[in-house]
Amino acid sequence: MSFDSPTWIVCPIILPLIAGLLCFLFRKNTFFIALFASLANLLSVAILLWQFLLLGPMRYSMGGWQAPLGISLRMHGPTILMLLMTAVSGLGITLYARGYFSFRIAAPKRVGRHERQERFFWPLWLLLMTALNALFLSADIFNLYVTLELVTVSAAALAALSGKPASQIAAFRYLLVSLLGSLSYLLGVVFVYKTYGVLDLQMLRQVASPGPGLQAALALMTLGLLLKTALFPLHFWLPPAHANALAPVSAILSGLVVKGSFYILFVLWFDIFASSISQNALNLMGVLGTGAIIWGSVQAIRQQRLKLLVAYSTISQLGYLFIAFPLALRGDGGQGAWAAVAFMVLAHAFAKSAMFMAAGTIFLHMGHDRIKDLTGVRKCLPLTSFAYAIAGVNLMGLPPSGGFIAKWLLLSSSLTSSQWWWSVVIMTGSLLASIYVFRVVSRLFVIPAGKSICACRPHSPLLEWPALVLAMIALLLGLIAPYPLLILETDTLVSCLLLGGGL
Amino acid sequence: MITNTLYSLCGLVLFAMGLFALFACSHLLRKILAVNIMSAGVFLVLVAAAYRPLGAGEVDPVPHAMVLTGIVVSVSVTALALILACRVQETSNLSISRNGLKVNDEEGSGG
Repeated sequence: MSFDSPTWIVCPIILPLIAGLLCFLFRKNTFFIALFASLANLLSVAILLWQFLLLGPMRYSMGGWQAPLGISLRMHGPTILMLLMTAVSGLGITLYARGYFSFRIAAPKRVGRHERQERFFWPLWLLLMTALNALFLSADIFNLYVTLELVTVSAAALAALSGKPASQIAAFRYLLVSLLGSLSYLLGVVFVYKTYGVLDLQMLRQVASPGPGLQAALALMTLGLLLKTALFPLHFWLPPAHANALAPVSAILSGLVVKGSFYILFVLWFDIFASSISQNALNLMGVLGTGAIIWGSVQAIRQQRLKLLVAYSTISQLGYLFIAFPLALRGDGGQGAWAAVAFMVLAHAFAKSAMFMAAGTIFLHMGHDRIKDLTGVRKCLPLTSFAYAIAGVNLMGLPPSGGFIAKWLLLSSSLTSSQWWWSVVIMTGSLLASIYVFRVVSRLFVIPAGKSICACRPHSPLLEWPALVLAMIALLLGLIAPYPLLILETDTLVSCLLLGGGL
Repeated sequence: MITNTLYSLCGLVLFAMGLFALFACSHLLRKILAVNIMSAGVFLVLVAAAYRPLGAGEVDPVPHAMVLTGIVVSVSVTALALILACRVQETSNLSISRNGLKVNDEEGSGG
């Protein structure tokens, strides 16, 4: 298979799938299978990126069956960014999970429990990676539904893995809410099919025209996806599910899984049905995003437990993604808002995974995560405290982090499109974020005089370094800002050429 | 044409009934059944979408494939929901009674 063969596009789906199935077969050494799969996934995404930069967007029909009947995959700028995000943070999470489970197995509270958790973790995680990659690559709205359900199933099973009653109730509720979201999305798909008779995204973009059928379909799909993305009034399921799961699972759920449904929503609104979206709907999204930013931050400030604080901060950070909606379709702000969303998604995925990993390490060592008792943790966990602080810098949006670039782009496009009120929201959100970040960081780093710090158990470097590396990637994203923009612009450039020449 | 619309409407009514039950009932099994009824409603609308006016040839095969896929997805999701509901029931019973019974630790799957 040569490097420019279109067949490489199936690798991010096939490789983790095979590895996940192998993990079910072999009870031993599953970590190495998972590690190999994560590395191979990263490598194949790198090859896809190379192809993309060389050849532009592409489509691939599986088995040679064309669009109306067969399953086709497509790759464009946003897809590549999302695949990169999944592959990089996936590798980090795989390494961290190894450190996490071996630490817990070394000193078990209940014999056999952590081994069993680890045994189920690897296949489920690899299947989740498969489903996410397939979601980002899907080229028709029905396959998006199927992959969305695959993500749901593996994510709910992962969320229940810790075995505590609270986490099982949270996982059950998470599953039901996700099912409700998926079914609502599916009903929307049915409406679209009834109205236009096509499912393929590209064909839909050509035939889509404003009308009652499309309005109803869009409303249903959007509602379902918002429920799964946990936008403000529909966020109630997220904090318990994310905070009660095992630490690597929290990192997966918060960093990657919510991005899947958001990706579909964004593609539907700004790529496929962009011509049928009214300004009122966009403003409504902005208002809900505002609610998410304020409510999530205030709740995060009020929390007593570290993992719940991080979970509420996810809700608040997701709000920024929706602030971009009203900014995206006005003036030249369109491109800026796309780029802002891309940066926000990437930076949040890396920073939030790092933050949940750091919180998990702190929980493992201290045996609790009550924020008021976390003073002086940096004495025994310097790297983890540093990683937490760096991830916090990202959430606040200080330069040179990716979060800073995203907020900068949002601010400038809100000012150029004369919608200054959104910039007030963004500033307020950053201020609130700095409160909840510093509330924890100040305790982690200040060692009061005369306080004896706990003796630290030995642990593998895998428990600390992945969080730090991911946080640093999020921090340095601002320095390599032109490259993700280049990927996004390559896409629009080529599609402009195609539209200009072909239609 | 009338039959087709009737099927679609019936599917929508089923969807709405399931939605109502999902919020109104507190029992876990009822919630799972509610989700199943909702998906049956969606599938009914989908089957009705396969209708083509008489004389225009055969019915549209694509919705049938979609319904089949949907049923497979729905069955596996229901299985996961049922096992989670069982676990919730077990653990909540244990935490209520607290009679020192051995926690069921060795069996059952993680999903």
